[in-house]
Amino acid sequence: MEDELAISVRGLRKTYGDNVAVAGVDLDVHRGEVFALLGPNGAGKTTTVEILEGYRHRDAGEVRVLGVDPASPDAGWRAKVGIVLQGTGEFDELTVAEVVRHFSGFYPDADDPAKVVERVGLGAKAKARTHTLSGGQKRRLDVALGIIGRPELLFLDEPTTGFDPEARREFWDLIRDLAAAGTTIVLTTHYLDEAEALADRVGVIAAGRVVEVAPPGRLGNRQEALATVSWRTPDGTPESAETASPTALVAELAARFGGEVPGLTVTRPTLEDVYLRMIGH
Amino acid sequence: MTTTTKPAAPVAAAPARRLGAGALALRQGRLEITQFLRSRESVVFTMGFPIIMILIFAAIFSDEIAPGVSYTQYFITGMIATGLMTVSFQNLGIWIPIERDRGVLKRYRGTPMPKWVWFAGKVIMVVVIGVAETALLLAVSVALFDLDLPQTAAKWLTFGWVSVLGVTACTLCGIAISSLARTARSGSAVVTPVALVLQFISGVFFVFTNLPTWMQQVAAIFPLKWMCQGLRSVFLPDSFGAQEPGGSFELGRVALVLGAWCVIGLVLCLTTFRSTTRRDG
Repeated sequence: MEDELAISVRGLRKTYGDNVAVAGVDLDVHRGEVFALLGPNGAGKTTTVEILEGYRHRDAGEVRVLGVDPASPDAGWRAKVGIVLQGTGEFDELTVAEVVRHFSGFYPDADDPAKVVERVGLGAKAKARTHTLSGGQKRRLDVALGIIGRPELLFLDEPTTGFDPEARREFWDLIRDLAAAGTTIVLTTHYLDEAEALADRVGVIAAGRVVEVAPPGRLGNRQEALATVSWRTPDGTPESAETASPTALVAELAARFGGEVPGLTVTRPTLEDVYLRMIGH
Repeated sequence: MTTTTKPAAPVAAAPARRLGAGALALRQGRLEITQFLRSRESVVFTMGFPIIMILIFAAIFSDEIAPGVSYTQYFITGMIATGLMTVSFQNLGIWIPIERDRGVLKRYRGTPMPKWVWFAGKVIMVVVIGVAETALLLAVSVALFDLDLPQTAAKWLTFGWVSVLGVTACTLCGIAISSLARTARSGSAVVTPVALVLQFISGVFFVFTNLPTWMQQVAAIFPLKWMCQGLRSVFLPDSFGAQEPGGSFELGRVALVLGAWCVIGLVLCLTTFRSTTRRDG
């Protein structure tokens, strides 16, 4: 059903001169979903997202975002779409509270600016000029401006680049919070753990194409992949075997060694392994 | 400032903005003025420049240009015109590329704020700063150099319309020329020489009729010469009109040329304005 989809993309193409940035992307994002677009730099993530945000024109393809073609965005549509771009738009001379309050005036049903500043963790910095903020704090301000209008759909383009681990965790909590409140979220990232932690589904994009769309745990048939069992022989040589039944192999090894198996590990491909294979490494 | 704390509600298809168009424009204007006043360089150089210049000129040319008419009375016209051009043409030509480079314009484009509100904010800022700066310049000149203010309502009216037309033309040209700058830093490199050359050939620093004829003719293509000429009709005795190149103050032609530049500036704005720095990459 059309209404179930926040975003629907078919055959999206965009070229810059001879460079094909997006070479035929198909994508569906359901309402209420957290969707991560994962891919290396230059894969076409930002171009794709900026077309969905109404910033760029496409060369070909069908695109619907909240039921509207973003090539001709109107104010009503803009009010329902929150955008956090990649590193943009400081208002050096203004304070955090002033900027957020100003932007709240653009939206028909804006959230309380003070509450939003608090929510993104900038409460202590509300009266600080934005040029005094650290990189991570500026990013939080970006997010505050993205959510001040209570968007139905929120785009986040590489939102945690430059965050320290603690700030990322806090940021993830904020995203989960928004998602729990029903906001549809599309984020691009090149952090696999971020996609795994946040996304209901991940779309892997490489060389301008969506290679696969799946929940993070099932990407590249990860759950069915062979496990690798490694151990050391009595003379210390490392051995390993790929198997669909690692438990049986471990039991057999235990019997062979008469107890502890030296250097025993059982691993399955990490998301990173799967991802690197998909993007052609 | 009012804030709403309504619970989240789905946004209507065609939402009414909380704020009307006029309120949005005024808020935007106030924000621009705040930003201007908080950046010390703009205040010192934009507002202080004409005052510093009139102090220097009054010190150099302390005698009279004609019996009972001081040089200050003549040069104040050039300083007012320069001040108006600085606050509009130079100010916008330098600041818009910086805002474009920082991504501020792109950020605004992602909100439901109508595009014209941004322009309106700039215009309000230019008008308010321009009026304040002109008033300050006149106050300093009256206090220190016995400047004679216009005595008739008709002269104040001329003062008004010449300033409004001049500022409008310079504002539009400033917005238009901002698109020539490719980076934040090149704005002043583009604008400053243009402004400086115009000031030299338009009779700001010299008695206009003492300039070579060809220079007068070049200057007559651009608005600054006509702003100065219109203002001379306000601040100098009517008998001075005979010394103008056209044998009178030619107020009709002043209106015509400044009006033409408003149209040219508007067309350039509409055809060349862009809100992002780089071509899509």
